[in-house]
Order: sequence, then structure tokens, then C-alpha cells
Amino acid sequence: MPAITPHIRIQTADFDVGEEIAGLSRGRKDIGAVVTFTGLCRDEAGKLSALELEHYPGMAEAAIQRIAGEACTRWPLQGVTVIHRYGRMEPGDNIVLVATASTHRQAAFEAATFIMDFLKSRAPFWKKEHRADGSQGDWVEAREADEAALSAWGK
Amino acid sequence: MKLIYFAWVRERIGKAEEVVDLPAGLETVSDLLGWLRERGEEYENALQHPEVIRVAINQEHVAHGEKIAGANEIALFPPMTGG
Repeated sequence: MPAITPHIRIQTADFDVGEEIAGLSRGRKDIGAVVTFTGLCRDEAGKLSALELEHYPGMAEAAIQRIAGEACTRWPLQGVTVIHRYGRMEPGDNIVLVATASTHRQAAFEAATFIMDFLKSRAPFWKKEHRADGSQGDWVEAREADEAALSAWGK
Repeated sequence: MKLIYFAWVRERIGKAEEVVDLPAGLETVSDLLGWLRERGEEYENALQHPEVIRVAINQEHVAHGEKIAGANEIALFPPMTGG
């Protein structure tokens, strides 16, 4: 199987999930499964008006490229797309997309989960809250569960 | 040496980046964090719990025991919260 090149985009602009799925499978007859995960900005029961996402330009692309590349060595994938936005996001807005394509569903599901698990705490992004009442928000704290998820993958 | 700060580390130090001349004898990331803490109240405030600070040398995430020789760019930031 020829090595595939993951498509990584770090951008402020929104993305169209349907268009990204179509882009992975267009013109292909060998793909049996496409799995997508979309991460959205949520309002925390009305408390949040927005999230401000900061990133480390350069390192963000490289880190996600490395994570997606690692997924390609672990599972037989036929396509990977990862899009991560930065800037200001309001509740309901897309933040991140991971899409994986494979012959069978298990590889696509597992690879998408692996990429998200590593992306949460190894890709250099930080989220700052903007509160609905106009007060100064906090930086979102890393969750221990996210770090534990990495250990579960054995590295 | 170029230092870059992100998220609350950047806010507490009060700048996004700076170029510094490191004194001789600083060997590891830990040494660098210790030296930075002595540069003023804002650094002390940002780095008071050095164990939570994440570090990248030349855009590669490294442990605090890593040697800093050969680094062009060292970034300090809180634990990452992507996704």
C-alpha cells in the first residue's frame, strides 16, 4: 500500500464537514469507511459567550503532522484530514475536524480516536473563555483524563 | 536566544517573546526556568510552579531535563488544551 500524506490545515476560517468527507472519497472505489469527529464550541450551560483559541504557528502544523503520520503507521489508512481552527469561536462553531478513511471501519474509528487523543494534549493550542456576563474568563485547564488517554495507547 | 510565551504564561510575563543573553552555566530547561524566575515579579508569578510549565525547543516538546545547547527558539506554555 503506498504511503498516504495526511492533509493538515490550521486556519481561522470555518470548514464544511460534508465537503471534507467528499474530498477524502471523491473518485475512489477502494475506501470502505470514513469516520469523522467534529469538535464544537459549547456554551457551558449558557455561561460562555466565546472561546479564544491561541496556537503556536509552525509547531502546531508539525505536531499534528507527526500525530497523523503516527496513525498512518499504526493502521492501514487511505486518507486522513485534520483541520484545527484558531481565533475566536462562539458556541455552536466548529473547532476541529478529524476524518480518517480506510477499507474497514475499525481502522478508521481507532485512528480517529488516536489522533484526537494526542491532539488534545500534544498539539500546541490553548483555549481562553469569554464569559456571557462580560467578566474575564479563565484559560481552560488540561484534564488528567486526557493525559491518561495517551498512556492507554502505550506511549 | 529567542524565548516565546503562550497563553497565561504570556499574559503573566506581559510579553509574547523576547531575545535574551543567557549566562554561562545554564545547561538544562530546569536551569533556564530557575534563571527566568529571578528576572522579576512577573516571571516569578508566571513560573512559580515550574512543574506545570511545558517547554518546546525548536518547536519540539521536551522534558525539563533536556539540554538547551543548540536551541534557537525556546517556547514556554501551560499544558496544551487543543481539540
